Amino acid sequence: MSTLTQLQVGESVKEIQLEAVSRIDLIKYAGASGDFNPIHTIDEEAKKAGLPGIIAHGMWTMGNLAKLFTPYFEEGFVKDYSIRFKGMVFLNDVITLKATLKEVEEPNLRFQVLALNQNGNEVLKGEVLFTKF
Amino acid sequence: MFSNQVGKRSNKVKNDVERGAVKKFAEAIGDLHPIYFDVEVGRNSRFKNNIAPPTFPRTFDYGVIDRLNLPTKGLIHGEQTFHYERPLVVGEEILCYSEVKKYFEKKGNFGEMGFLVLESFGEDLAGNTIFSSTSTIVISEAVRKVLTK
Repeated sequence: MSTLTQLQVGESVKEIQLEAVSRIDLIKYAGASGDFNPIHTIDEEAKKAGLPGIIAHGMWTMGNLAKLFTPYFEEGFVKDYSIRFKGMVFLNDVITLKATLKEVEEPNLRFQVLALNQNGNEVLKGEVLFTKF
Repeated sequence: MFSNQVGKRSNKVKNDVERGAVKKFAEAIGDLHPIYFDVEVGRNSRFKNNIAPPTFPRTFDYGVIDRLNLPTKGLIHGEQTFHYERPLVVGEEILCYSEVKKYFEKKGNFGEMGFLVLESFGEDLAGNTIFSSTSTIVISEAVRKVLTK
């Protein structure tokens, strides 16, 4: 496994493509997070809210995105993590997670992080400040 | 309409970084790294224990902000931030509370939108902040009309 500290500005960590979003993913996240807003799990409730169908919890995608950094837990930790929710994630969407190193200011590595859907549209965009131990 | 709520805080609530809850959460976000649930890996790490994923504070109880009546429907989660002094460690106790940080309105594609920023905190029992987070909640004009009825 390569380390984050070897990364040059402009380079990215290995991107992750998630399995297509399934209802059970969102049911599991509802249970684990305690966010039972039914627009994430029940079709009729999503439709009543004016949505074409259920949508993923924004925090589900944000939670997934952070796993790009988990392998490096012995090198440092996520000190700051900020996200703007830019688009909705629907059932069967295939989400790709990316992180690109933008700036090094010892001991901090600043990454731009992105979650894209199968059409290449940004659904989440933000920053991670990874602080080395 | 939420401007008069700015500065209001909830009571502090004690939360446990519970082993089973961390494992379930890590599974739910597909982050199956053993540092989150394998006891041996935790013990041999620099933390001497397992840790929790960065977005785990979503699961905590932050208490109730008096008379902050948010609708249960029609809210949009616009932005979210987390700031950490260190990772959360499994088994520790955290005091959590929230505060209404700011409220503003601006014109958007769907009329006049309201933006409510809630800031949440997690402290150790000695009062040292371990993490803080902000959630920006977007409230549409239609929803606000219902609220003022």
